[in-house]
Amino acid sequence: MYVYDNYDHTLVSERVEQFRDQTQRYLAGEISESEFLPLRLQNGLYVQRLAPMLRIAIPYGMLSSTQLHKLADISSKYDKGYGHFSTRQNMQLNWPRLEEVPDILAELATVEMHAIQTSGNCIRNTTTDQFAGIAADELEDPRPYCELIRQWSTLHPEFAYLPRKFKIAVCASEQDRAAVHVHDIGLRLKHNDAGDTGFEVLVGGGLGRTPVIGPTLCDFLPRKHLLAYLDSILRVYNQLGRRDNKYKARIKILVRALGVDTFREKVEREFDLLKDGNMTVPDSEFERMKRFFSLPDYAEIDANEASGLLRQQASEDKAFANWLKRNTHPHKQAGYAAVTLSLKPTGIAPGDATDKQMHAVADLAEQFSFGELRVSHEQNLILADVRQTDLFEVWQAARAIGMATPNIGLMTDMICCPGGDFCSLANAKSIPIAELIQRRFDDLDYLHDIGELDLNISGCMNACGHHHVGHIGILGVDKKGKEFYQVQLGGNSDLDASLGNVLGPSFSQEQLPDVIETIIDTYVNLRSDEELFIDTYRRVGLAPFKERVYA
Amino acid sequence: MPDDTQSFLIKNDRVVDADAWLFLDKEASSYPPTGAVVVPLSLWLDHRVDLLQREQCAVWLDSEQEPEPLRQDLDTLSMVAINFPVFSDGRGYSYARRLRQLGFLGEVRAIGDVLPDQLHYMSRCGFDAFELRGDKSVESALAQKSSISVTYQAGQDQPKPLFARRQP
Ligand code: SF4
Repeated sequence: MYVYDNYDHTLVSERVEQFRDQTQRYLAGEISESEFLPLRLQNGLYVQRLAPMLRIAIPYGMLSSTQLHKLADISSKYDKGYGHFSTRQNMQLNWPRLEEVPDILAELATVEMHAIQTSGNCIRNTTTDQFAGIAADELEDPRPYCELIRQWSTLHPEFAYLPRKFKIAVCASEQDRAAVHVHDIGLRLKHNDAGDTGFEVLVGGGLGRTPVIGPTLCDFLPRKHLLAYLDSILRVYNQLGRRDNKYKARIKILVRALGVDTFREKVEREFDLLKDGNMTVPDSEFERMKRFFSLPDYAEIDANEASGLLRQQASEDKAFANWLKRNTHPHKQAGYAAVTLSLKPTGIAPGDATDKQMHAVADLAEQFSFGELRVSHEQNLILADVRQTDLFEVWQAARAIGMATPNIGLMTDMICCPGGDFCSLANAKSIPIAELIQRRFDDLDYLHDIGELDLNISGCMNACGHHHVGHIGILGVDKKGKEFYQVQLGGNSDLDASLGNVLGPSFSQEQLPDVIETIIDTYVNLRSDEELFIDTYRRVGLAPFKERVYA
Repeated sequence: MPDDTQSFLIKNDRVVDADAWLFLDKEASSYPPTGAVVVPLSLWLDHRVDLLQREQCAVWLDSEQEPEPLRQDLDTLSMVAINFPVFSDGRGYSYARRLRQLGFLGEVRAIGDVLPDQLHYMSRCGFDAFELRGDKSVESALAQKSSISVTYQAGQDQPKPLFARRQP
């Protein structure tokens, strides 16, 4: 994991004091509400329907045990004893007090954390694959590049007042687990024929009101130019992005209005000025960054013996077998596995964890996974480096804290935004919808039979729940002042990304569980052997689903 | 265009007396025959040859006016002022940075809705004069300007990014 040196420490501490001063001047009336707005947003403080919300950055999803203990302490000391893990690999506190935010930030700084640029019209937390560094299908570990981008974007003086928020995602594996096609900038790590590392640069993807799959801006950008090229893209966007209408202010609208070729010309005009200048990253810096993410001290494990043991344990205990199948993931190191701790048990808002759970998970990470863990954009926690021989014990411990629901990748492992219960922009509630569906599909055997299925829920068009790229997407809409839900089918966030199609007229909350059940029945009837929901959908299209649902 | 309400001119980390520059309106179609004037971009482009005869010339850009058309005159201009119609309109940061990267050595002045908490980033982008809004505190502005001492990126204040300076 990245470790702060004096520079990083000084920066976050000075930032805390800067914000303390700003908060005091705001409370004293020296800074107006509208002037304070971007200052607090860029320190993570957002005001929602019920209370302020503080969004804490978890850079590219990496956390240490120490940090998670601190998050747990902060949740109990300054909040109601729980935190919410979001789809952006951040953690949100829902009830902090404005006056106390500088103190919270100061506590975060002691464990090398911050809330810088987690809201507001600036470059946000960079996200990546939750299996970075351990995935078998990975070309290189993307995290050193993410850290480089984190530093470049942190307090970037030129890009703090962009037309709109700006999100960058990086992936380095065959399967895209970072959704690079639907980010303002998506970076896909590549090797060229000469074996050099570079990136395919995608630009202007996004969800929200106008979902777009980002087109390719540059097919192969040598890695040394990464920062100069990012600077160039941001500069074009900062100068030309629309500022008159916040719904048209994202970079995707600019790219679409200009056309990707014209946009590229403009980027290259800036890039000519910056290329080979002081932003060129030397190999030594990449090497330095890589050292922070070197392999942990893996034990030599007899993989055959380990998997033999697992088979035996699984045959003796069906519940363990289910969990093993759904919640553990292959690892490139023989004898190891990654474990997903589910934050999606029925009846709890997806992504919520209590302080007790956080402490327990931090202890588990300490004991079984080199003291590190990750947050996934599916809003779960991951222990990345667990010995196969420890899995049974980890499962029991996870079960004891209610984090062993064996539903990872299945329909009830849904992505869900905070929605109308918390968010002032919402058209409709989303958390109760998640719960209704989880209750309807509480038969685990049936869930396993349905197989992998992404179900994503957003409370409004801003699409924080990524409904466009769910195999089934649910969107809260407002119909004459009443909460309704539109259903979309066929979205996908993998490398063959696609956006969902609207099924038809929207439904009430009461109708929704039946509708989802009908959709699933239709799939089960139509599927051939091994077909997943998305495969069947792609083969048969929308029509058969529509017929059944609106029959 | 900045209005005439009192503002503080800050240079070199202190308040200096308002100088002699006369800012002309964006719509201005003529300029006084003598004296130090800061003309809007359109006037500059229309009367460039004549204006270049003067001892000192300066131009101000509004937030939708890129500095590109000034490229050939950067050796001659004494000052380019950049207007912030509202503080949250961030285009001017890129204009200033670009002017410096094109080699402009004259003064780059921030005018308009210039607030204490903006001075740090502005100066990093290449602004070296600030017309701070008159109802704001100069002390806060100066304190904020130097509130963060570590910079990851290269900037006007610091020609190298931190990765080229870091010492273990
Ligand atoms: S999708 Fe809409 S309702 Fe949900 S969190 Fe985002 S803005 Fe709020």
